[in-house]
Amino acid sequence: MAGAEAAAGSVEAVFREEHGRLLASLVHRFGDLDLAEEVASEAIEAALVRWPVDGVPSRPGAWLLTTARRRAVDRLRRDRVLATRLAVLQAEAERADPAPPADVDPDLPDDRLALFFTCAHPALPAQDRGALTLRFLGGLTTAEVARAYLVPHATMAQRLVRAKRKIRDARIPFRVPGADELPGRLPTVLQAVYSIFTEGYAASSGPDLQRTDLAEEAIRLARILRRLLPAEREVAGLLGLLLLVHARRAARTGPDGAVVLLDDQDRARWDHAMIDEGRALVLVALTGPTPGPYGVQAAIAALHDEAADVASTDWPQVVALYDVLLTMVPSPVVALNRAAAVAMRDGPDAGLTLLDGLADDPRLRGYHLYPATRADLLRRLGRHDEAAAAYRSALALVGTDPERAHLLRRLASVTDD
Amino acid sequence: MKYMLLFMSPATDGEAGNGCTFEDWIRYDREMKDAGIWVSGHPLQDLTTCTTVQVGPDGERTITDGPFAETREVLGGYDIIDVPDLDVALDWAARSPGATGGASVQVRPVAEIEVEV
Repeated sequence: MAGAEAAAGSVEAVFREEHGRLLASLVHRFGDLDLAEEVASEAIEAALVRWPVDGVPSRPGAWLLTTARRRAVDRLRRDRVLATRLAVLQAEAERADPAPPADVDPDLPDDRLALFFTCAHPALPAQDRGALTLRFLGGLTTAEVARAYLVPHATMAQRLVRAKRKIRDARIPFRVPGADELPGRLPTVLQAVYSIFTEGYAASSGPDLQRTDLAEEAIRLARILRRLLPAEREVAGLLGLLLLVHARRAARTGPDGAVVLLDDQDRARWDHAMIDEGRALVLVALTGPTPGPYGVQAAIAALHDEAADVASTDWPQVVALYDVLLTMVPSPVVALNRAAAVAMRDGPDAGLTLLDGLADDPRLRGYHLYPATRADLLRRLGRHDEAAAAYRSALALVGTDPERAHLLRRLASVTDD
Repeated sequence: MKYMLLFMSPATDGEAGNGCTFEDWIRYDREMKDAGIWVSGHPLQDLTTCTTVQVGPDGERTITDGPFAETREVLGGYDIIDVPDLDVALDWAARSPGATGGASVQVRPVAEIEVEV
């Protein structure tokens, strides 16, 4: 049965790649997310039965779409209420968007971009946009999305149901915003993908520091967006940023999953092919008028990735880029990172002065990296008692086990004298 | 699809005003009617004219003047519009004089109850 197993394996691979595309086409065709989900999973079930026997069809995506469409038409024949509702929807959609031109490839149109904009619509709660994107474009199951955000299955199921209900009942459209709206709407889409990556890059809690599969899913989604919006430089910036950060994954954790900071990472273990790809994207992102925040963050990541070690990193340039970023994103977390870069350029005293200026910002309260960064600077200045107190504050706030272990080691290094 | 736009303004001493004029509202009203999306709508008189009615479990009717205290936002008026989707409704809300100067517009889909006949 090796043949059947191989077929099952490629079936899995096909689903991963095709699910978002299939779902988006069905939503575009029928205008209803629930119906699209149901018939998409029916088509996948049918494929699981047929493909191991008949072999994977030459155009698996087209096979799935045709099967799913038939199921949807059957469903609409049986369910008159749904059919009527969708007919009204269709008529109104045409009123908004007069007759779209016939699909270039009628078998496999790519409607995913519209679905990206629906999942990350500003009318939906910010915390649910990443989850919806993972569910509908990443093709993760609800259980997998729950695991991604480390919440109970029932909680995530409820959040997704509520979001879907709002999409349906408030009629959030499945539509790519026009050129004039795009600059206002793209940031939430990018933010949704970025939030998936950061949850993978630095899990907010749990036993592991990074969850590589989640980070890779975010990169896959960013690649899809890059293909769909080739002219948008911030999309290039986002993909570049993700690649330049993810390139360090193998060096970020030591044996036993212990955290290894940038200073101590074995840079030979960085993924240099990924760095090259990321650097090329930084060029795209920064070439032209007014770069965006993802392009600038990607450029900062590139400066780290290009340096042989921490000492030879171009810190003046890093600080300058943080200055630019701060004008775009006036966030205390950016100011915190800038302070750390200033400490590398001008010495720990200068960094500490900047950090003290952020002490009263309520948005940093509860953020463990604020006391942790402060503690590191105090340690470098030899102010061990104050450093110990700051490490203890960070320990009270930290979420993942490897980071806790790291802080405990640092705490021991300033209290063992 | 019908949406109700609820024009909210912060409750302030004296009359709530977000800097827009009567003429701004007239113009907005005309734009909606010209676009063929306006269903109904009215401005409301101010809160000093409001009366609250409640009927208790025993059927007893309580009538009170107001509300005034604890009211942080005041509904100043509403429009019901018929547009294809939420994006279009949000766009009309954003164009209204009621969205600026510290005031805000709440956009709510109208629940269509279908009755089988």
